[in-house]
Amino acid sequence: MDDYSQFKATYFTECDELLADAEVQLAALDDGSDDPEILHAIFRAVHSIKAGAGAFKFTRLTEFSHQFEALLDRMRDGRITVTEEGVALLFRAADTLSAMVEAARTETPLEDDFGQDLLTEIAAMAGSETAPAPASGPVAAEEQTAPSANDPAEQVTPIYRLVFSPKAEMFKHANEPLLLVRELKTLGTLTAEPDISHLPPLAKLDAEEAYLSWTFTLQSDCPLEEIEEVFEFVTEDCDLSITLLPAGDAEKQGISRENGAQSAAAPSGQEQQKQEEDEASSVAPANIPTAAPASPAKTAKATTIRVDLDRVDRLVNMVGELVITQSMLSQQTSTLPTDHYPNMVRGLEELALHTRELQESVMAIRMQPVKSVFSRMPRLVRDLSAKLDKKVKLITKGENTEVDKTVIEEISDPITHMIRNSLDHGLERPEERLALDKTEEGTITLSAEHRGGRIVITISDDGRGINREAVLTRARERGLIADGATLSEDEIDNLVFAPGFSTAEKVTDISGRGVGMDVVRRNIQALGGRVSIHSTPGHGSRFTMTLPLTLAVMDGMIVQLGADKYVIPIPSILESFRPAPQAIKRLPTGQTLVHVRGDYIPLCPLGRIFRCDEAETDPAKALVVLVESEQFGAVGIIVDTLLGQQQVVIKSLEGNYKPVLGISSATILGNGKVAPILDIETLYQLSQAHLRRETRPAPPPPVAPTPAPPPSSNPEPPTFAG
Amino acid sequence: MNAVSQNDRTGAVSADPQNGAAPSRGDADANAPGLQQFVTFAIGNEEYAVDIMQVREIQAWTEVTVLPNQPAYMRGVLNLRGIIVPIFDLRCRFEQGRTDATNIHVVVIIAVGDRNLGILVDRVSDILKVEYGDIRAVPDLEDGKKRDHIIGLVTAGDRMVALLDTGSLFKSEILEHSTEAADASAA
Repeated sequence: MDDYSQFKATYFTECDELLADAEVQLAALDDGSDDPEILHAIFRAVHSIKAGAGAFKFTRLTEFSHQFEALLDRMRDGRITVTEEGVALLFRAADTLSAMVEAARTETPLEDDFGQDLLTEIAAMAGSETAPAPASGPVAAEEQTAPSANDPAEQVTPIYRLVFSPKAEMFKHANEPLLLVRELKTLGTLTAEPDISHLPPLAKLDAEEAYLSWTFTLQSDCPLEEIEEVFEFVTEDCDLSITLLPAGDAEKQGISRENGAQSAAAPSGQEQQKQEEDEASSVAPANIPTAAPASPAKTAKATTIRVDLDRVDRLVNMVGELVITQSMLSQQTSTLPTDHYPNMVRGLEELALHTRELQESVMAIRMQPVKSVFSRMPRLVRDLSAKLDKKVKLITKGENTEVDKTVIEEISDPITHMIRNSLDHGLERPEERLALDKTEEGTITLSAEHRGGRIVITISDDGRGINREAVLTRARERGLIADGATLSEDEIDNLVFAPGFSTAEKVTDISGRGVGMDVVRRNIQALGGRVSIHSTPGHGSRFTMTLPLTLAVMDGMIVQLGADKYVIPIPSILESFRPAPQAIKRLPTGQTLVHVRGDYIPLCPLGRIFRCDEAETDPAKALVVLVESEQFGAVGIIVDTLLGQQQVVIKSLEGNYKPVLGISSATILGNGKVAPILDIETLYQLSQAHLRRETRPAPPPPVAPTPAPPPSSNPEPPTFAG
Repeated sequence: MNAVSQNDRTGAVSADPQNGAAPSRGDADANAPGLQQFVTFAIGNEEYAVDIMQVREIQAWTEVTVLPNQPAYMRGVLNLRGIIVPIFDLRCRFEQGRTDATNIHVVVIIAVGDRNLGILVDRVSDILKVEYGDIRAVPDLEDGKKRDHIIGLVTAGDRMVALLDTGSLFKSEILEHSTEAADASAA
């Protein structure tokens, strides 16, 4: 069994893709699109899942996908009109299918009646195209139910003639014709005529030979492929021909059939495959590779390959090393007189160029469109809006915006959370909306775009916006802001990200999962991103999330502190300057501030926090690097000097060591030495803890999280200053 | 260390490279007798050893990058072909002061579980081949300190070599999951 595990893994990966694709198509269907290609695409996805399930003998999965597929087939033929209930049923069927795939993957046994009610519904829906047929109740017979649901007045059930003569090989391969016949019988009304003309006298009979052949007449309206599928595993070992008999009303028949299927005579497996392929391409000239039925004859079409992620990661790592080596080389040779070694200098310049290009191409391998995350959202919105009794339309834009795989994995949760929030708190109920002169249906827009080397994801709704009064009251209750503090509107809005602030009046299972927006913000920050909210009362709110395109490289500013070098992420740097002595103020708490253009910004003396004795501590003699901290606004970091900026490869420090406060990760500089990358958020917390330790006799635990000051750019009221 | 006699205990000690944490004492060798190889190195006159299978490489001391607020016995981190590896001062870890490292000092890079770390020592002596049965248990000491990080004693000529329990030595510096991983891989 384990010999197949590799194929199974591939199959499940494929299933995931197929299900995701089906989901996208279902969403399109839900939006009222009547493009017939959509149903075809869903059908193909389900069909491919079924085919694989059959091969691996996932019986339940096969059964269910078979019924699902049958329903889809009727829908795409136009025999069943696609109604809203129909789409809802398709959604649920897709869900069940995905659950079954999951169960097969994890090898969890399913309950006996799992999906049974849905099957009944599907059967009912499949039967709804015509006058009530004699539905032969039990589940085992449902395969017959479907075909017999045809109205003979409207349409004559097609009759196929099958000539089936097994070869001796068939027995050698341990296949049993009887089983095939039984399987065939489940497809419709079957009559069999054995041909015993080749049967020798008993004395001459070789038990291992095959002498019998059969002519079957099958009355069934299942597609030709389904009949062919019965013989899928024996095509090599038998002679088989399937003919669709011209019935009384041939013209009508032709309409209901796929083109090509009518002339169906598929004696060999090869032709059978070819035909399937023809059919697939005839219905879908622009079909995407994953949605097409898996067929080994298709190699010519492959323009993409599946690569193990580990290999890509290894490649990315090696290129990272190359970048470091290259910058080391150029640093070491920069002192050489250029006129002595002109060729070498030129070579090094070229090396630098190529390395950069190589790095970009390698990073591009891991780039993926955000579609894979966005495509999950229509579903979420659909389910939630049903649960909350709201009418919501989700518009997605820029699904093809590409971002590194490592980022993709991380954005799904924040987006989900913010959409839940918009739906739960932002959008009003239909009746409220109508009363407010808004459209009954609320709109949530999810969009992605590239801006300035980062990806910007926006989630906006046209709901009621943030209730600033309520937010302020709550923030005061929770002690998140001082009583007398006045906050700007944006500052109030951004309080929803403050730790310990939960906007949910009542904990619902929609957004009250115990995970607040503060966690969302923290997770985004951990990725080097930021998130903010902008709200217009009565007109809606907008979450904006910006993230780096990759988590593997970063632009960094290298700074000197005593004998040590540190890297500050360039995206967080606002400016750097040497303050005038009179611009430095001190609070009674010991906190120093710098006065910049009317704002008082807290200073973070890196040398003292990191206990680096040689570092310059007088801010007026050192340099202040103003950085934007998500949680605390602007913070000034005191360093000795700036050494220059450089693209750095991010290395984990935690691979071999415990996490260090104030340091997010590390990089390797041109001289081969490690340089820690500063973590602005924890650095400020560390500096606060440091301050408390210095000013108070009893030292508090240094790691204790600092209560968040209001997210103002000048956290302390400036009245103390001076 | 000098007060320890090798014949105090007769129990054999398991010196599994992956899991030095729990020495199992039995009166006879449960394992088939076999040779084990150890890399020995010295701090002053004291000799220590780790299982050769744990040693990734040995290199001369170079300046390392100091991390903020690191413990006294940590020297900093080193770039080992793209991997960042913490370097610890063994002398300082045993509370005998900080090593005044020069380029004749040696860093032994070892693997503990799925983690890599470096130990700064004065010099590497040689490779010791030891029969399982020749590993002696560590006698109880009054100050439990060294005892805690040594899993056995071996005689090499007239010298005594202490087998280091690398897992417990820097336990607080390497995350818990990695020690679990070490335990799991030893099990």
